[in-house]
Amino acid sequence: MFTSRSIQSTLSFRDKIFSIDYILVFSILILGVISMFAMYSTDGGSFAYHTKSHILRFFVFFSLFIIISFFPIKFWFQSSLIIYLVFFLLLVGVKYFGLTSSGSQRWINLYVINLQPSELMKIGLILFLAKYYHRIPVSDVNKFRFLFLPIICVTAPALLVISQPDLGTAILIVAGGIIVAWLAGIKFKFFAYISIIFLALAPIAISFLKPYQKERILTFLNPDRDPLGAGYQIIQSKIAIGSGGLFGKGFLNGSQSYLDFLPEKHTDFIFTLFSEEFGFFGSVFILLLYSVILSRIVKIGHQTRSNFGKLYCYGFAGAFFVYVVVNMGMVLGLLPIVGAPLPIMSYGGSSMLAIMMGLGIAMSCKIYKDAPVN
Amino acid sequence: MINFTEGTVNKSKLISRRMFTLTVAKFIIFGGIFGRLVSLQINESKKYRTLSDKNRFREWRLAPQRGVIKDYFDNEIASNKRVYQLHITPENASNIEGLFFRIQNILNLSNERVFSLKRKMAKQKPWEPIIVSDNLTWSEFSRINLFLHELQGVEAVVSVARIYPYKSTSHLIGYVSQASAKDLQKKEYLRNMSVPGISVGKTGLEHKLDENIIGKVGFQRYEVNAFGKRIRQIDLDKGQAGQNFKTTLDLDVQEFAAKTIENLAASICVMDIYNGDVITMVSSPTYDPNAFVHGIDKKSWKYLLDHRDKPLTNKSIAGLYPPGSTIKTIVALSALENDIANTKSNVYCKGVIDFYGEKFHCWKKKGHGSMNMRDAIKQSCDIYFYEIARKLGVDRLSETAKSFGLGSKTLGGFLEERSGVVPNTKWKKKFIGKNWYLGETLHSGIGQGYFLSTPMQLCLMTAQLANGGYKIKPRIVIDPNKKNQDNLKEYIEYKNANPNIPLPVDILVSNFNLEPLFRNQENINFIKDAMFASTNEPGGTSYRSRLTKKEFRFAGKTGSSQIKRFTEAQREAEVKQTELKYLDRDHALFIAFAPYDNPNYAISVVVEHGGTGSSAAAPVAKKVIQKVLERHELRMINKSKLGEEI
Repeated sequence: MFTSRSIQSTLSFRDKIFSIDYILVFSILILGVISMFAMYSTDGGSFAYHTKSHILRFFVFFSLFIIISFFPIKFWFQSSLIIYLVFFLLLVGVKYFGLTSSGSQRWINLYVINLQPSELMKIGLILFLAKYYHRIPVSDVNKFRFLFLPIICVTAPALLVISQPDLGTAILIVAGGIIVAWLAGIKFKFFAYISIIFLALAPIAISFLKPYQKERILTFLNPDRDPLGAGYQIIQSKIAIGSGGLFGKGFLNGSQSYLDFLPEKHTDFIFTLFSEEFGFFGSVFILLLYSVILSRIVKIGHQTRSNFGKLYCYGFAGAFFVYVVVNMGMVLGLLPIVGAPLPIMSYGGSSMLAIMMGLGIAMSCKIYKDAPVN
Repeated sequence: MINFTEGTVNKSKLISRRMFTLTVAKFIIFGGIFGRLVSLQINESKKYRTLSDKNRFREWRLAPQRGVIKDYFDNEIASNKRVYQLHITPENASNIEGLFFRIQNILNLSNERVFSLKRKMAKQKPWEPIIVSDNLTWSEFSRINLFLHELQGVEAVVSVARIYPYKSTSHLIGYVSQASAKDLQKKEYLRNMSVPGISVGKTGLEHKLDENIIGKVGFQRYEVNAFGKRIRQIDLDKGQAGQNFKTTLDLDVQEFAAKTIENLAASICVMDIYNGDVITMVSSPTYDPNAFVHGIDKKSWKYLLDHRDKPLTNKSIAGLYPPGSTIKTIVALSALENDIANTKSNVYCKGVIDFYGEKFHCWKKKGHGSMNMRDAIKQSCDIYFYEIARKLGVDRLSETAKSFGLGSKTLGGFLEERSGVVPNTKWKKKFIGKNWYLGETLHSGIGQGYFLSTPMQLCLMTAQLANGGYKIKPRIVIDPNKKNQDNLKEYIEYKNANPNIPLPVDILVSNFNLEPLFRNQENINFIKDAMFASTNEPGGTSYRSRLTKKEFRFAGKTGSSQIKRFTEAQREAEVKQTELKYLDRDHALFIAFAPYDNPNYAISVVVEHGGTGSSAAAPVAKKVIQKVLERHELRMINKSKLGEEI
């Protein structure tokens, strides 16, 4: 213990550089470059607003990712409660000072950037729960008084986000929280009880849902129900992906997106656009890149010694996985349309910031893998 | 401390164990996504590619230009003109209400029209243009163009539409109008060419030739975006203009004939007796077919429908009239051919005969006295033909009448053409369900009773008498693929060159492809001579209408068909036709061929409620015959030119 601390304190800049996981960095860069091309295509093959802004954000947040990596893991451990609280306050701020766009109030104006705190909360919650479960012994995890706080910490931001309304992000926040809690040893039956309670509350919840959200769920169950209405997005997305075939229609030749049949092509449906233009092989390549990123994060979790680091990395990897699956499942017509961005690929500053921050903290776990957190 | 470390180690083991479970789950789920990609992009790729193309491409069909119809001298009698139209594409218009308001200010557009346009608009896709006005005047069109930059969604279109330059041909040509649902249902060829607003032939030649004259539909294929906006043109097929047609009609004669009967309800048909070419086919009163091209208004339509003289009916082929005394030529011929009578046999006419208690009158109250066949035709003695018909019987008469073209459609292919009636015992049993009375045979003998024929049938009948009794097939459209078969003319030239070689019937049939309608041609010649007498000898019924110049001399037969039976009182009072109410007057008929010495043309004239054939129909025929004969030389020159072309 002592020795490791002394090693840690003597970690030179050179050592830090060498201990960076370059496969992870490289994979992120490739994905980033692919996303730039995809964005260029959504702009109709021109170097227009979305492309420029996406490239700029990618490089700014990529740099942030590197910077965050060099902060000691101890720093993140110590500040995780503050980070969570700041993000929570921002979420509350959205409720009162938020900007409204297309019917939902999700953004807060920070003068430099219009921030979407719900995206940041995805990471904040994982960080906070990782610390929380790091501190309580295994034997106490399933005790009721130790369940109380996590439930509050998950439900409060989730309810705030749902009320924006943004069901997709709320689901992703909750998913991250559940994964960390489960990894920390919460018994399966606990989740079963929660699910039963939720199911029992579902009719009441449904009455709170906005009509368009109800419509989306019904549409998912049968997309052909209303092909020109709510089912339109799913159908057009499937057409785009399916018509891509093995090799795709070629870069800038995706007729579905080029001719505006594809909705939200910059954000939620970016994978559809890519898949239409680059076909099955392109899609599988993206899937592989995500697998590599996930496996690297998991590997960092293996290597890191602190339980905080492990919980964080595994939790983040799990959440990251859920983000990818929810998005892809949605555009492939396997899940209802809930509005969830594809990490790194989708256009959106807050989402990119949150993911890069999450990756940065994971990388910090790698660099300071032998350092204790307290 | 140790405990705590142990706890930490335990916890780390727990986390790793759970992580392993999670990893397995991840693999399975990613496998699921991979499987979905395989299914969409490999297995069902074809289906989605088709759907994607369906999204991308949209076709706009282009209506082809109709073929032109020309007369024998290449005058266009149905042609195309440039029209100025106003279209609105709803999706391009930001404010439809405002747009209509603006257009109503610029054009004279009724509120009802706007209302019906809006209803139509609601039914179709927003990218499909709607025709607001399909025939703007030049000044309207230029006004629209002036404001075009302010009228978003409006297109000023120069298009092509049907125009009929001559009113005299309206019945013959017919007209085109927008295809109705019924048209689309009935006409196979239209189904593959569903172009919005395509015009189809409704009657006349336009209907008969529709399939070929309509042309081939073109299309433009565009790539469109999700909102239906055209992005770029992918494909363009201009289609094919319809086939042009040349007819046998002589516009000059047609116009002249139409002018002669413009104030009457009448019909004139003129036919070449050797090849059956229809030179003229006029029906009066006429209507303006151009009114139908752009949609006729209700008031005009009602006027045409309710008019006493039925302007919409093509009287030449759809008007049915008892042939009256014109049938006597056929009755006489039938009697001669069947050896019922000979030309010498006499009948005494007292003006009336009693037949089983029923009185049968001659048109001449005093009677004609002793009549032979030639005189009976010349003076149209009814009593003589009652007698002949009684001996002949209606069945033999009907056979001859049918062989000369009565009772069946003459031209064919005309929607409106009717076949008329040639009565006989079987016919009556079948259609009326009663037995034939001998008295009816007598009526048939003078072309009354059940007999009904069209003017064109009478013209054909006359032509076949005039050419020496050979069957001809009337035609009005010249088929460029078929060589004009003038075998009959060849045969006659051959016979004139070799007058002494007798020609048995089978040689006629095999060498000249002729179908003789006689047993003995002498009988035909006798009828022709009798008709000559009727027109050119004093006492003949149409003597007053004769043409005296040798090359114009014609031979004819008058007729009048009774509308209402004369009462005995009227007969006693010698009421004249002109004293009757218009609708009670007899139809006046006249058939003739000309020139007598070297016949070329046959004519039939029917004047509805004209009174008598000699007073109403024959004078008309006289004028038209002169006109036709004056044009004969020109026609022959044109024919030889045409022969070279073909």
